[in-house]
Amino acid sequence: MADTFQFELVSPDQLLLSEAVTAAVVPGTEGEFGVGAGHSPFLSTMRPGVVRATGANGDQHEYFVRGGFADVSQSGVTVLAEQAIPMSEINAAYLDQQIQNAEEDVADARDDIERQQAELVLSQLQEIKAAL
Amino acid sequence: MASLKDLKNRIASVKATQKITKAMQMVAAAKLRRAQEAAEASRPYAERMGTVLGNLAAGVQGRDDAPKLMAGTGKEQVHLLLVCTAERGLCGGFNSSIAKLAREHAKKLIAEGKTVQIVTIGRKGFDALKRDLGQHIVEKIELTEKKIEFGRIKQIADQILTMFEEEKFDVCTLFYSRFQSVISQVPTASQIIPATFDVEDDDKAASGATALYDYEPGEQEILETLLPRNISVQIYSAILENAASEQGARMTAMDNATRNAGEMIDKLTLSYNRQRQAQITKELIEIISGAEAL
Repeated sequence: MADTFQFELVSPDQLLLSEAVTAAVVPGTEGEFGVGAGHSPFLSTMRPGVVRATGANGDQHEYFVRGGFADVSQSGVTVLAEQAIPMSEINAAYLDQQIQNAEEDVADARDDIERQQAELVLSQLQEIKAAL
Repeated sequence: MASLKDLKNRIASVKATQKITKAMQMVAAAKLRRAQEAAEASRPYAERMGTVLGNLAAGVQGRDDAPKLMAGTGKEQVHLLLVCTAERGLCGGFNSSIAKLAREHAKKLIAEGKTVQIVTIGRKGFDALKRDLGQHIVEKIELTEKKIEFGRIKQIADQILTMFEEEKFDVCTLFYSRFQSVISQVPTASQIIPATFDVEDDDKAASGATALYDYEPGEQEILETLLPRNISVQIYSAILENAASEQGARMTAMDNATRNAGEMIDKLTLSYNRQRQAQITKELIEIISGAEAL
C-alpha cells in the first residue's frame, strides 16, 4: 500500500475533510497538480475546480471548490477553500447560477485586469459544467 | 404601605416579566448552540490561515517590497477602529463591555494626538459610541441578516481594504468579544492591519523548511491574494465569535433576570399574605370589641 499523508479541506464555515490519504489532485491557478506522500513544500493559489483525494482505504473524495489556496507541507496538505461543496451536491442548476454570477462580474468589471480575472473564472466554470 | 390591590397588581406584573425573561433565555439557549457550532467550525480555517501566513511572512519580513497590508504604511497617524457589537440589547454587559474597551482605546489614541476613525458593525455599538465619539464615526454597518454569510463579510472587508488603499488610515484594530464559555466572554482587541503574526521563534527553527517552499504563481502574488483574504477571514471569525458571545451573554442575563423576578414574587407574596392576615385580625378585633361593648 502506498504511503499516506494528512489531507485537510477547510472552508470558512467548516472543516470538511481531515483524513489520511494516498494521493490528492488540486486545481492550482497554473494547472492541476497531484500530490503524493513526501511531496516537497509547496504553496499555490487555486482556481475554481474539483479537489480529488484518494483515501487510505481507496475511497474517493471529490469536492467542488471556488478559489482559495493549497498548502503542501511536510505534515500534509491543507486546502483552504473560499467555498467547498461535495461533488454529490453539485448539479447543473447550481453551476448555471455560478456562471450567471460570473457573467455579471465580467459585465461589472471596472478595468481590464478585473475583467480578465472575471473572464478567467467564467471560462473555468464553463469548463467544469461541460465536464459534468 | 401599599394596599392589597396594589400588591396584587405588582405580583401580576412581575410574573408577566418573568415569563418574558424566561422565554428569552430559552430562545437564547437554542440560538447559542447554533452560534457556538458556527464559531467553532470557523476556527480551523482561521487557524490554518494564520499558520500558512505566518510561514509566508517569515520569509518576506524585513524586505522593502513587502506588501503594505503586512508592513504597514510606515506611519501610525490614523487609526481605524472596527467595533463589532450586537444588533439587539438585553444581553447584560455584552455590548457595553466591547464599547468600553473601544472607547478607552480611542481616548488613549486621541490623547496621544492620533486621528481616530471608527466603523461600527452592529447597531448597539453605534448607539453606545455616538454620544462621546460621534464625530469620529465614519461608517455604521448593520448586520440584520439572521445567518451571517461569508460573502456579506467579504463586502465589508473589501470596503475596509478600499479605504486602506486610498490611504484613509494606517492601522486597523478589530474589537469583538471572544467566546470562552457560556458565562465568560472576553472583550478583545486585535490589530488586523498591518497584519501581526505570533510566530514563535521555536516554531520557525523547527520548520526550517520555510525557505525551501515552492510558490505558485509567486511568493509575492500569493501574499497579495492571501493578505486581503486574511482580513475577511478575521472579521468573519470575529463576528461569529461575537454572535456566540451575544447569545451566551443574553442567556446568562436572562437567567439572572428570571431568578430575580422569582425572588421578587416570593417577597411580594409574603408581604401580600401578611397584610391580608393583618386585615383579617383587625376586622376580628373590631367585631369582638364591638360585641364586648354591648
